[in-house]
Amino acid sequence: MIITEKMSDPVSRRTLLTGGLAGGFLLAFHLPLRALAPNEPVQPPDSTSGKFAPNAFIRIDAAGQTTLVMPQVEMGQGIYTAVAMILAEELDANFSSIVLEHAPPNEKLYANPAFGIQATGGSTSLRAFWTPLRAAGATARAMLVQAAAQQWQVDPASCTTSNGEVTHTESGRRLSYGALADAANTQTPPKDVPLKDPKNFVLIGKPLKRFDTPDKVNGKVVYGIDAILPDMKFATLAACPVFGGKVGKVDDSAARKIPGVRKIIVLDDMVAVVGDHMWAAKKGLDALKIDWDEGPNARISSKDIWQDLRAASEKDGVVAKSEGDIAKGLATGERLDASYELPFLAHATMEPLNATVHLKPDSLEIWTGTQIMARVQSEAAKAAGLPVEKVTVNNHLIGGGFGRRLEPDMVVAAVRIAKQVDGPVKVVWTREEDIQHDIYRPVYRDTIAATLSGGKIVGWKYKVSGAAIIARWLPPAFQKGIDIDAVDSAVDMPYDIPNFHVEYVRAEAPAVPTGFWRGVGANNNVFAIESFMDELARKAGKDPIEFRRSMLGKNPRLLAALNLVAEKSKWGQPLPTRVGRGVCAQPSFGSFIATVVEAEVDEQGEVHVHRVTSAVDTGTPVNPDTIMAQLEGGLIFGLTAALYGEITVDKGRVQQSNFHDYRMLRIDQAPKIEVHVINSGEHPGGIGETGVTAGPPALRNAIYAATGVALWRLPIDRSLIAGKKA
Amino acid sequence: MATTLTINGEAKSFDAPADMPLLWVLRDILGMTGTKFGCGIAQCGACTVHIDGKPVRSCVLPVGAVRDRAVTTIEGVGSTPAGAKAQKAWLDLEVIQCGYCQSGQIMSAAALLASTPNPDDSDIDAAMAGNICRCGTYVRIRAAIKQAASGRQS
Repeated sequence: MIITEKMSDPVSRRTLLTGGLAGGFLLAFHLPLRALAPNEPVQPPDSTSGKFAPNAFIRIDAAGQTTLVMPQVEMGQGIYTAVAMILAEELDANFSSIVLEHAPPNEKLYANPAFGIQATGGSTSLRAFWTPLRAAGATARAMLVQAAAQQWQVDPASCTTSNGEVTHTESGRRLSYGALADAANTQTPPKDVPLKDPKNFVLIGKPLKRFDTPDKVNGKVVYGIDAILPDMKFATLAACPVFGGKVGKVDDSAARKIPGVRKIIVLDDMVAVVGDHMWAAKKGLDALKIDWDEGPNARISSKDIWQDLRAASEKDGVVAKSEGDIAKGLATGERLDASYELPFLAHATMEPLNATVHLKPDSLEIWTGTQIMARVQSEAAKAAGLPVEKVTVNNHLIGGGFGRRLEPDMVVAAVRIAKQVDGPVKVVWTREEDIQHDIYRPVYRDTIAATLSGGKIVGWKYKVSGAAIIARWLPPAFQKGIDIDAVDSAVDMPYDIPNFHVEYVRAEAPAVPTGFWRGVGANNNVFAIESFMDELARKAGKDPIEFRRSMLGKNPRLLAALNLVAEKSKWGQPLPTRVGRGVCAQPSFGSFIATVVEAEVDEQGEVHVHRVTSAVDTGTPVNPDTIMAQLEGGLIFGLTAALYGEITVDKGRVQQSNFHDYRMLRIDQAPKIEVHVINSGEHPGGIGETGVTAGPPALRNAIYAATGVALWRLPIDRSLIAGKKA
Repeated sequence: MATTLTINGEAKSFDAPADMPLLWVLRDILGMTGTKFGCGIAQCGACTVHIDGKPVRSCVLPVGAVRDRAVTTIEGVGSTPAGAKAQKAWLDLEVIQCGYCQSGQIMSAAALLASTPNPDDSDIDAAMAGNICRCGTYVRIRAAIKQAASGRQS
């Protein structure tokens, strides 16, 4: 199995294949893409959903080689393999001889139906592409069958397909897809082709090996940072450490003396050093004496940011959802109030930000790894002052995205530098620059008031305050002052609550840029909601799982997951002192997951996560092994944030700079993880972020059980739990 | 400075300042991009190579300090018994997600397996805690090391 590195333009590819050179067969699909159900997150309004465009995913050449074009990018989540499995399943392709190709930037052909733009994020890939890809595969298969039936003069219904061949059952005649490629190309694509009955799936549901991993064990894989071009120079950069600051004076006399330094580039807001290799560039940068014009943001600190956010969160917000009578609900029974706070977070992808750029007078070529192919192309074109069609983007397998590569800034910076470089230049950010000039997960504050009567919740008023990332990133989806991502999982809570009210306060922190971070808005809301559920359960004198169960009458899928995790985690069995179990139950990203964390808090307040058990119903599992892997990894990602993650700002600058002070969970702290996948046969749900959102509240509740201390803020403050036991 | 190193059993000659970390020699001069840049301060392990079989963070190892010792990188570790076992177990258990840290993980694991053929959990913790995986593949890394050691499914 091969993943081709070089992308080709679908138009020229078509010309090549239909021009007789290859005698190939190209299917350009014109399928109405399924819009996501209205209650699913990140749903664009109708104005953008009308722009969903035809897709081209499959081509088969005369030799029978089946190339599948990947509309979504591979950043470790296993989507290339899943997409290939879905297409090949309906196509009945010979799976072992498939070749995968990165899609080129083309919003018309490869837009994600969930966003209306070409983007991989929000755990949308399978939710959005499941039906279009199946239809694409099935339509291609039907055209191949038609071609064979025509040749044999038989009824297409008397033909079957498997493993890249059409067979006429009665006569036993067989033709390979390659042999049929030309003839199939002249068939009219049939409408409304039936899809396979899931009981006949031969690929979907099997834990198949991934396409992308063999080259990842031997150093052959090429990420964006590994691009090599003839006569390429290397550069690294420093932006003003204070957000929004400018370059004042630069003394480059020492830097110029460093062997291998070729050029010092001074832009209005950043300085770059170009050298023969990264070492020269980095040494050169360190040797520069830069006076920054720090500007007004030099006064900003985390203390002020939190003070502002707390003040903003006391105001009324825009009503995102209201059911029943909240005033009456909050006046009934026993009331409990709490507020939860989540910090800024950096993404810290293991592959530092980078882009390699070759700018010529009339064209621009880019090598990078991005979650937003087409936006990178258009933003790079703007920065270069070239028409967009003069910009080629070569995407790569990605060394971690997590939302950071949903932004084009690293490419734009490289293009601005390349304007002063003859020939290709690879621009690599140091880890310090990567941490200090991230586009951060916003700070959030959530205030909740709820009332209990008869052991159940009768009133629930929830207000989330934080940045509106959607307003910047996908403006058409920002409607009526509500960021649909910021309220995700808050407006669609699983519990039966008669009087229910959710508000949103848009509160943008000054200066600090904010963006999507794996788990997005659900991270914040699931943490606050599921933490508060435990406090309510305690007030009601109920077991946390029993309390949740009693209000899941309308959510059988989550209830089933909760019941399974209770059994598998040995919920209720005795534990030693200072060890606790905590639960989190949530529908998120179209999946239903219940998680139990078992953790110990030692005398010093250090937290040891022993064991995590999750049960997840993610609809029809495409590749169960990938689902387990995504949950294992997602849980670790979320637990890392809960245990260590916080970016703080002082004098307008980020105080953390590398892995010594922006810590990651390591193998010696990693818990045992057990994942149970429930096959409900429903539409596939998202899985890349589901574990991320589950980890922090379940851990927080385990600490609550172990120590009796209710934590209202992340990361976990050890000083609050040291020496405590329940 | 003209330098010759033995890398994966082959003599490689190049010109580089003596203080240049081996990482950048490999990546930017020799074009051997399997060894990864992650942090630059020996905190993440993505740049791990073997010097005479011992795991070393190449981002802080001046090339001038290597001298005549043998350098093994991810491109060559598959020809050592421990490296081949680790690579196979990594694929058998489908350890990898984004994969960016995995060159370093496999190099650390191969060095562990070569020195400690049957590592227990604490051996694994000690040998592997210097390698960060942002995708969180630790559960499978541990299982793969045990499988590579035993040759059986763990």
